Amino acid sequence: MSSAAVAVRDLEKVFSRRKGLFQRRHRAALNGVSFEIERGECVAILGQNGSGKSTLVRLLSTLLLPDGGEARIFGNDVFKEARKVQRLVNRVSVEASFFKKMSAAENLAYAARFYGMGPRETHAKIPVILERVGFPASRRNEAMENLSRGMQQKVALARALLTSPVLLLLDEPTTGLDPRSKQEVQHFIREIRERHDSTILLCTHDMKEAEELADRIGLLDKGELLFLEPAWAVKERFGVESIEEAFFLATGRTFEDEKTEDDEEREVFA
Amino acid sequence: MASVDTTFGRRRILRNELIGLYGVVERNLYLTKRYFLWDLAFLLWTIANTLTIVFISRGVDLSPAEQNELATKLLVGGVIWAFLGIIFEIVTETVAWERWEGTIEYTFMAPVSRPVHLIGMGLYAVLYGLVRAAAVFVAVVAFIGIHIPNANYGAALALLAIASVSFIGIGMMTAVLPLISPEKGTQLGFVAQGLMLVVSGVYYPVEVLPEWMQWIAKISPATYALRGIRNSILEGAGLAWEDVWPLLVIGMFSIPIGLVVFKAGERYAKRHGKLKRSG
Repeated sequence: MSSAAVAVRDLEKVFSRRKGLFQRRHRAALNGVSFEIERGECVAILGQNGSGKSTLVRLLSTLLLPDGGEARIFGNDVFKEARKVQRLVNRVSVEASFFKKMSAAENLAYAARFYGMGPRETHAKIPVILERVGFPASRRNEAMENLSRGMQQKVALARALLTSPVLLLLDEPTTGLDPRSKQEVQHFIREIRERHDSTILLCTHDMKEAEELADRIGLLDKGELLFLEPAWAVKERFGVESIEEAFFLATGRTFEDEKTEDDEEREVFA
Repeated sequence: MASVDTTFGRRRILRNELIGLYGVVERNLYLTKRYFLWDLAFLLWTIANTLTIVFISRGVDLSPAEQNELATKLLVGGVIWAFLGIIFEIVTETVAWERWEGTIEYTFMAPVSRPVHLIGMGLYAVLYGLVRAAAVFVAVVAFIGIHIPNANYGAALALLAIASVSFIGIGMMTAVLPLISPEKGTQLGFVAQGLMLVVSGVYYPVEVLPEWMQWIAKISPATYALRGIRNSILEGAGLAWEDVWPLLVIGMFSIPIGLVVFKAGERYAKRHGKLKRSG
């Protein structure tokens, strides 16, 4: 087996939903996806809603079981050695997801306990990590429901980093943020790359973000990984100036194309 | 080779699990603090509900002593109903609340064992349930003026604590329901609570039930909890072995069965993508 930080081979995930009383409709969210990520590398996976990005992140987070293929994180089988993998991975998703009545500090403490961090440790580390993500100390004990989306996403980044993950899964971490918050989050991702021994898988539909932050860019379309290369190699391969043009040539669609019924259904499934 | 040390010694694993257990209890304390006024309103509702049952004793044609005895029996039934309700509610929230908040994926991808997670929820449920049960008991006794000079509260509390092990196990089985049906799963937990109490003689002796229901009553932990606690409160009886051993046996089976059922539900949810907040 590969020595890569992340090694995914022929990964498949099919979802089914009831259609009528006796029928079920099946949709492949991931269809034979294979790739590797080296330690310390940042890889961005681009794709529209429903392309399978979140399914990929959920599989690597041990939140889904596959229908085929395998995935290893630092040599550990994601599905058979889930506990070992869980110690190595953390995640930031598009929804910040917190206990809304609890404060940022309380939410972080709760998350940290599951990673073996006692009260003394979190008491020392939480103020430091919140300061690093630019979260004001005066709002540390305020209920999450009173914070803006941008602030909540900063706390989500702090939650992921608090446990010192060696693999960070970022699932559209800047989607829905205002331009300033988006820049701050992107700046922080860059800082993680520079200062931590972290490998990053960034799923996004922001092509500029992918190009700026990642060493390699992959395109996931309808559950299939069409390519995974450095941005320059993608442009060279398609003979284009931008990743957006490469997307069009690879899929025959633009990123903003109207969704078909199949796309919309896929979005619900994946 | 991109190797990372993932080997944890037994002591470190145990330490991490205990910290995880503490984290679950601590989080519930935070939530109780934040929802204190709502919880207080819910407590008032429980007291009012118990009063509606206990007042039945004042409307029947019995001597004052017999009325007092009936009131005490109904009160014990009402308090156990409320206690079980809290246990089932909190343990079921293992999934339901986190799903609603959207935190469930973060909790389920964390390196803490599911038994520790569930037992942490159960532990908090018992502690919180005991405080609420005591408050309901004291409030109703004071309001109606029930006379219970011989009550052995220590034995009653001890029996409730022993029975709680079984209740937590059954709660674990119902906690899985919101994983299968995010919309209706929680309510099904209350169905389990009601079914358990109806066969256990919550407001009446088990002997009045049809014979087949009496057979089911034998495997319900609530039967022994209700019988033993009534004896302790009314007659000052201590812990009776005939009530304790069935509770120990049921508890010994219910926790492992609860864990197996929950794990199976978790596996189903991971297979079908049900952990996702949007369902």
